[in-house]
Amino acid sequence: MDFGFTEDQRQIQRTARELLADRARPERVREHAEAGTVDRALWRELCELGWPGIAVAEDNGGQGLGRIELSILCEELGRALAPVPFLPSVMAATLIEHAGSPQQRERWLPGLAAGEFTGALGTAVDGMAELVIGAPDAAVIVLVEEDRSGRLLEAAQAEVTLTASIDPTRPCATVSVVSDGGEALAGDVPAGIDRALVAISSELVGVCDRALEMTVAYVKERKQFGVPVGAYQAVSHRCAQMLLETEKARSTAAFAAWTADADPERLPEAAAMAKAAASDAAREVTASAIQAHGGIGFTWEADVHWLFKRAQLDAALLGGGKRHRAQLAAILAERLGAPAVG
Amino acid sequence: MDLTFSPKETAFRDELRAWLAENQPDVEPLDGGEDAHYAWRRDWQRRLYDAGWAAPAWPTEYGGRGASLTESAIYFEEIGRARVPFAANTLGLLLGGPTLMVWGTPEQKERYLAPILSAEEIWCQGFSEPDAGSDLASLKTRAVKDPEHPDQWLVTGQKVWTSGAQYSKWCMLVARTDQDAAKHKGLTYFLMDMEQDAVQVRPLRQITGESEFNELFIEEARIPDANVVGGVGNGWKVALTTLMNERAGLGFALQIRLRQLLDDLIAAAAERGLLEDPRYADALAELHVRCESIRLLAWKGLTDAERYGQPGPEGSLVKWLWSDTNQRLTELAVDIIGPEALTAGTPWSYEFLRARGNTIEGGTTEVLKNIVAERVLGLPRLKVAA
Ligand SMILES: Cc1cc2nc3c(=O)[nH]c(=O)nc-3n(C[C@H](O)[C@H](O)[C@H](O)COP(=O)(O)OP(=O)(O)OC[C@H]3O[C@@H](n4cnc5c(N)ncnc54)[C@H](O)[C@@H]3O)c2cc1C
Repeated sequence: MDFGFTEDQRQIQRTARELLADRARPERVREHAEAGTVDRALWRELCELGWPGIAVAEDNGGQGLGRIELSILCEELGRALAPVPFLPSVMAATLIEHAGSPQQRERWLPGLAAGEFTGALGTAVDGMAELVIGAPDAAVIVLVEEDRSGRLLEAAQAEVTLTASIDPTRPCATVSVVSDGGEALAGDVPAGIDRALVAISSELVGVCDRALEMTVAYVKERKQFGVPVGAYQAVSHRCAQMLLETEKARSTAAFAAWTADADPERLPEAAAMAKAAASDAAREVTASAIQAHGGIGFTWEADVHWLFKRAQLDAALLGGGKRHRAQLAAILAERLGAPAVG
Repeated sequence: MDLTFSPKETAFRDELRAWLAENQPDVEPLDGGEDAHYAWRRDWQRRLYDAGWAAPAWPTEYGGRGASLTESAIYFEEIGRARVPFAANTLGLLLGGPTLMVWGTPEQKERYLAPILSAEEIWCQGFSEPDAGSDLASLKTRAVKDPEHPDQWLVTGQKVWTSGAQYSKWCMLVARTDQDAAKHKGLTYFLMDMEQDAVQVRPLRQITGESEFNELFIEEARIPDANVVGGVGNGWKVALTTLMNERAGLGFALQIRLRQLLDDLIAAAAERGLLEDPRYADALAELHVRCESIRLLAWKGLTDAERYGQPGPEGSLVKWLWSDTNQRLTELAVDIIGPEALTAGTPWSYEFLRARGNTIEGGTTEVLKNIVAERVLGLPRLKVAA
C-alpha cells in the first residue's frame, strides 16, 4: 500500500511544473486568452516532449506510460491554465484507443500522440454538441451521446461553428454531424469516457491548487484594519475549506487514475467519484478565491477569474457533480440489487 | 502509487480475519446499564489480548506485533468490518501507551505498558478543564511538591469531560508545576492514580443521556516523582505527543464505522424506495464520495507518515471531514428513517445525537481549521489582546 508517486512520477511532475512556470506565465496566458489564440509555440514544445502521447500505447505511437502520468500532466496544465489543446486532444485519443476499431486507431492515434494534429471530444444530443473545447482546430472530433454511444468525425464531416465560451483560454465550437457523416465507435465507449473523466478531474485539481496558492499568497499580503486579512478566521477558515475541497478532489482523482490501469473493474465508480468531487471542488474553490481577493478578484486585471471560468467549463464537461452522483447512486443501488435511479 | 496490499500485509489481514470469524464476541448486553456494557468490552479486550490482537501496532518488546502503519490500519478496518467493538482501554492503547513509549523511563514502560494491553488497568485523559478547553495550555490544575515528602507531588484542581474516568486506574494528567513560567512552559505530565480519596469522579450526563465522560475533583491528590512523564516542565510537549496520536490513530477506526453506517443507511433508503428519489440519491452519493475520500486521505496520511516518520497536521483534515460527514449522515438518516430515528433509545437516535460530539472532542472543528490555516497553509495567526 503506497499512496505516493514513484520517483519517476515525481520527476515528471517537477519537470512539468518548471517548464510551465516559465512558458505559461500569467502574462502569456492572458495574451492568448485576450486574443483568443492557442499558444502554438508552447504546444509544439509539449508535442516534441511527447506529452500528448504519454498514455497512448507504444503500439499506437505513444509513450505507453499510465493514466497516473497523464493525470500529473493534466494537473500541471490546469494549474498553469496553459492555452493549448492538450485536454481535448488526449480525451479524443483516449476514446479512440478504447472504443475505436484497429483501423480507426491506426488512422488517428499516432498523429494525435505526436501532436501532428489535434482532436476534441464533445457531448452531443442528436448529433449536435455545444461548447466543444478545442474543436475549431481539431482534425478529428469524437462525439458521445447521453446513452454513451460514440461517433468519430473527421473535421470535414462536421459543421464546426466557432463560439466564445466564458473561458477564452481555449477556443470552443458548436459541432454538428453533417448528414450522418462519420463512423460509429464500436468498442468500449464507457471505458474511454471514464478515463476522460479522470483526465478532466486532474486538470480541475490543478485549477483548485493554483486558486488556493494565489489566494493564500494574497491574503498574507493584503492588510486591512492593520493586519493581513488572512489572519481573520472568516478568511483563514475559508482557505482551510479550500484546501479540504482540493484534497478531496486530489485523492479521488488519484485513486481513479490508479484504478484505470490497475483495477479497471472499479473505474466506473472511481471515475464518477472523481468527477463529482473535482467539479464541485473547483467551482467552490475558485469562487472562494474571487471572494477572498475582494474587489480586485472581480476585475479583469486579476488572474483569478481565468481559473473560475476554466473550472466552470471543465466541471460541465461530460457532466458535473449532480450527474455523476446520480451515476454513483445507480451503482450503489445495483450493488444492493435495488432499482436504479430513473 | 500502489493501492494493493503486499503479501505480508495480506497475510496479516487474513490471519486477523480468520481469528475474528472464529472469535465473535458474545452478544452485546443491551440492558444492565453502562457498567455491564463496559465490563463486556473489557472482557472482549482480554480475548483480543490473549490472542495477541489487543494492540498489534505496539512493538513486540512491549507485547504488540510490531505491525507497520499499514498493518495497523488494516487492523482497524477489519475490526470495523467484523462489527466488533474496540478494545475497552482505547485511550490507554492508542494514547497512553504510545506516549510512554516516546517519553517514559524504562521503569515506567516496564510498570505500565503490560496492564494497558491486558485491560487490567484502564486509562483516561485528564487534559480539559472548565476554563481550559481549546486553549489547553491555560489550564490551572496545580501540582506542588509536598513539603514533607519531597519526592511527592500534591495536585489540586478540576478536570472535565474525562471519558472513562469511572473505570480508570490511571489518568494522563497535565498540571501546572511552575506558576511563573510562560503558559506552555510551566506544565508537567503526570500519571495519576485514580484510586485515592483525593480524586472524586462525578459523571456528566451527555446529550445522549449516557455518561461517557466525567468531572474530576482533585484535592491534594498524591503523585510520586516516579510518575512524571518526560520531565518536569516538559508537559506541553508530552501532551502534544498524546494529541498527535489521538488524531492519527483513531482515523482509520472511525472511517470504517462511518462506512458501515452509510451502508446501513443506503440499505434503509433502498428498502423505502428512496434510492430512486433523486434528492436522496444525490445526498447519499455525496456521502459516499466523502466517505471514500476520507478513506483515501487516511491512506495518504499513512503513506506520508511512513515516508516522513510523523503524522502531519494534514491529519486534521481527516478528522474534520470525518466529523462533519458523520453529522451530515446522521441528519440524513433522520429524514430517511423517519420517526424511529427520533425515538429515544433507538440506535439511529443514538448515532444522531452522539455525532454532535464529533466536532468538539479531540479538537473542535474551528481549532482544526486554525491548525490547517496556520501550519499547513502558513497563514498568520490573529493576535489576541492578552
Ligand atoms: C464526547 C467528548 C469526549 C471528550 N473526552 C475528553 C477526555 O477524555 N479528556 C479530555 O481532556 N477532554 C475530553 N473532551 C474535551 C474536549 O477536548 C473539549 O471539549 C474541546 O477541546 C473543546 O474545549 P471546550 O469544551 O472548553 O470548548 P471551548 O474551547 O470553550 O470552545 C467553545 C467554542 O469556541 C470555539 N473556539 C475556541 N477557541 C477558538 C479559536 N481559537 N478559534 C476559533 N474558535 C474557537 C470552539 O470551536 C467552540 O465552538 C471531550 C469532549 C467531548 C465532546
